[in-house]
Amino acid sequence: MSAIIFLIIIGIVVAGGFLVAFIWAVKSGQYDDDYSPSVRMLFENKPPKDENLSDKKQ
Amino acid sequence: MASEKCVHCGADCGKAPVSWNDKPFCCHGCKTVYQILNEKEMGAYYQIQPMSGIRIESDGTSKKFAFLDNEEIRANLLEFEDGEVAKVKFFIPSIHCASCIWLLEHLDTLNPAISFSTVNFPKKEVYITFNQSQISLRQLAELLTSIHYIPEITLDQLEKKKPGKNNRSLLTKVGIASFSFLNIMMYSFPEYLPGGDLLEQEFKNIFGWLSFVLILPVVFYAANDYFLSAWKGLKHKIISIDVPIALGILALFIQSSIVVFSGKGIGYMDSLSGLVFFLLIGKWYQGKTYEALSFERDYKSYFPVAVTRIAEKGEEIIPIKNLREGDIILVRNQELIPADAMLAEGNGSIDYSFVTGESMPVPKKQGDFIYAGGRQVGSSIKLKVQKEVEQSYLTQLWNQKVDHQESETLDNHINKISQYFTISILAIAFAALISWLFIDPSRAIFVFSSVLIIACPCALALTIPFTFGSTMRVFGRNGFYIKKTAVIEQLHKTTSVVFDKTGTLTLNRKNAVQFHGEELSQQQLGLIKSVVRHSSHPLSIALYNNLENPEIKNPDSFEEIPGMGITAVFQDIRINVGSSAFVKGEAQPETATESRVYISVNREQLGYFSIGNSYRTGLEKVIEDLGKRFDLHLISGDNDAESQRLRALFGPKAELLFNQSPTEKRDFIKKLQSEGKNVLMIGDGLNDAGALAASDTGISIADDVFSFSPACDAILEASKFDQLSRFLQFTHLSFWVVWISFTISFLYNLIGIGFAVMAMLSPLFAAILMPLSSVSVVLFASLSIGFLAKRNLKIA
Repeated sequence: MSAIIFLIIIGIVVAGGFLVAFIWAVKSGQYDDDYSPSVRMLFENKPPKDENLSDKKQ
Repeated sequence: MASEKCVHCGADCGKAPVSWNDKPFCCHGCKTVYQILNEKEMGAYYQIQPMSGIRIESDGTSKKFAFLDNEEIRANLLEFEDGEVAKVKFFIPSIHCASCIWLLEHLDTLNPAISFSTVNFPKKEVYITFNQSQISLRQLAELLTSIHYIPEITLDQLEKKKPGKNNRSLLTKVGIASFSFLNIMMYSFPEYLPGGDLLEQEFKNIFGWLSFVLILPVVFYAANDYFLSAWKGLKHKIISIDVPIALGILALFIQSSIVVFSGKGIGYMDSLSGLVFFLLIGKWYQGKTYEALSFERDYKSYFPVAVTRIAEKGEEIIPIKNLREGDIILVRNQELIPADAMLAEGNGSIDYSFVTGESMPVPKKQGDFIYAGGRQVGSSIKLKVQKEVEQSYLTQLWNQKVDHQESETLDNHINKISQYFTISILAIAFAALISWLFIDPSRAIFVFSSVLIIACPCALALTIPFTFGSTMRVFGRNGFYIKKTAVIEQLHKTTSVVFDKTGTLTLNRKNAVQFHGEELSQQQLGLIKSVVRHSSHPLSIALYNNLENPEIKNPDSFEEIPGMGITAVFQDIRINVGSSAFVKGEAQPETATESRVYISVNREQLGYFSIGNSYRTGLEKVIEDLGKRFDLHLISGDNDAESQRLRALFGPKAELLFNQSPTEKRDFIKKLQSEGKNVLMIGDGLNDAGALAASDTGISIADDVFSFSPACDAILEASKFDQLSRFLQFTHLSFWVVWISFTISFLYNLIGIGFAVMAMLSPLFAAILMPLSSVSVVLFASLSIGFLAKRNLKIA
């Protein structure tokens, strides 16, 4: 009995959390461009400065 | 020429691939990436500093972006500024693949003053954060230009408000509706299970109240557009499709609230939230349009931002809106003439191709009046401004906005149907109410609201967004971009098609070139090609593109005399290319159908190249197909030199009008409309702008859809011109799909109403029937459009 009510509350809170996250994502413009991020994640952030790898190659 | 695949990213290279080491690339971004990979060997790709391989092509002489040094313009363009840090947004039409994003997002390695750059791919925009004390806005624009991403900066951007956030608020509504929908479903579920009626009263209350709380934002926020637009329609005495929807939502809400308040369960809350959710999804699907394309361009997006004024102190760059009558301005090669003006100094050679579609420049002498909108080709000229930008002839034409009745809320098929629909629903509901008052008065209200609920035309309302939305996507993939789905309906109703000639039926750039005279040797052809290579005159470009493969040499001396021709020396050979006055020493009367370029080698006259207008490929077929179904007309700003040829093409019935001014073009469209015709206008230049706006559907033809085109309802890629009649035909198929979907949803409604009037509509039945009808209509519409597109358009 009380377990079900407890579950309902958890359900609402969890789903509400996702709703807030979704609204935040929309408001922050994450849905404005649905192509570039898919490519962007493939870019290397900073190429490693050390020469270890290229040394090994030679 | 068959287009090749880019070596790096596999994209289509188009007509002019960038090549390096004999390999084709679609863009300089890909070429650069490939160069780096190649130079450093593949394995080292991630260890090198990005961009180390880039050679920045500097073009120090260019003053293209000099206006960015002007304080007023700079401040207007910057999105954000705080001390040294500034943020700017550039529209770069050439962004088109992943390598472009890579290159543009690594600008910081090219210049340390740039701290951050982000690309918005669908909008083709790049946002750059940079340090103003180290790099000026102008240098930034020049840096982008040097890596072949030329920012397009127009007057429009300076004045534009912040972009609308419509899409965002719609997505938020979808999110809220889906949240409520899924949760309420969970609370409704126990009632639908066998033995659900044994549910304890306590739970019924809790579930009911929770659903009631969850439904409030759905009804009052997510669905508010339906109430607003239904109300707006009613105020104009129009019963739009939104009226029965709003009625249905209200009936569902009130009925269910009564159930909740009386503690009997949760009523139709799940159906209500589901209904709103599906409707919003349909709206979102329909609203996904082409963000990088602009259909609303006016003169502001065409004219430059600034102009060079010659003042007492010397040259200064001023924003175009500060230009006053009587100012002397300097217009350099390839710059636009921003206002009606008089030629004060220099040789004018004005290319009006954007205005009229005609690519041959018009020569102008000192003292001649020059209309705004042309582009100077050749040496710099000085102009005395006669009218301010706002008052110029062309601008005036643009500003004469025809009050286009928004067909979205008026007079379209769906709204006509919905009028009958709504009236019959109300009739049925009241009839049922009255009959039940006699049979069992306690259930009369329940039956009344049940009819309104089940008749809510959810499936009906989803038909149009999904059918036309899919059609729009199919068209887009085939190079025909329409502004909004209502355009499909207008296309379908077309009875007359009006063409512009120059630039629409004839080709802008590719011309038919023929040589008249003694046959030229391979060596002579090579020399001619080498000479015209250095000239930016359209005739030179046409010649250069049409001479096949001869060997290119660099001339020892070269001189271009604007408006006359070119003279060049190769060792002991002097070669003259140009007008007859220049080459032969005597002027020949100009012919209307072709331009001539005369050639002499060592003062010996060899003959001339004739460069004629050539018609678009597939023109005969398009005219023939369209002629079967529509009455065709032609309005041209040109003379009637080609009227015979066009008459043969268009047949005896068509009206062919020549020497038409932009205003006359517009009036012709209006005349056709007053005869009850539904007019489709196809044009390309600014002089068609009035006609395009006045017509029921205006299609503008563009070689590059992202470059400038006048305001219109649809943009057609020039290479897809031969598909035009297929597109028009396809709108009829779309309408068939709509009618069949309507029938399906009516059948569902009939069944539902049957149950409702018999007072047998249970929440479970509603919860199954409503989504089922919506889903089946959506599936039918999308799938059949996809199937039809595969069969009827070349590429799906």
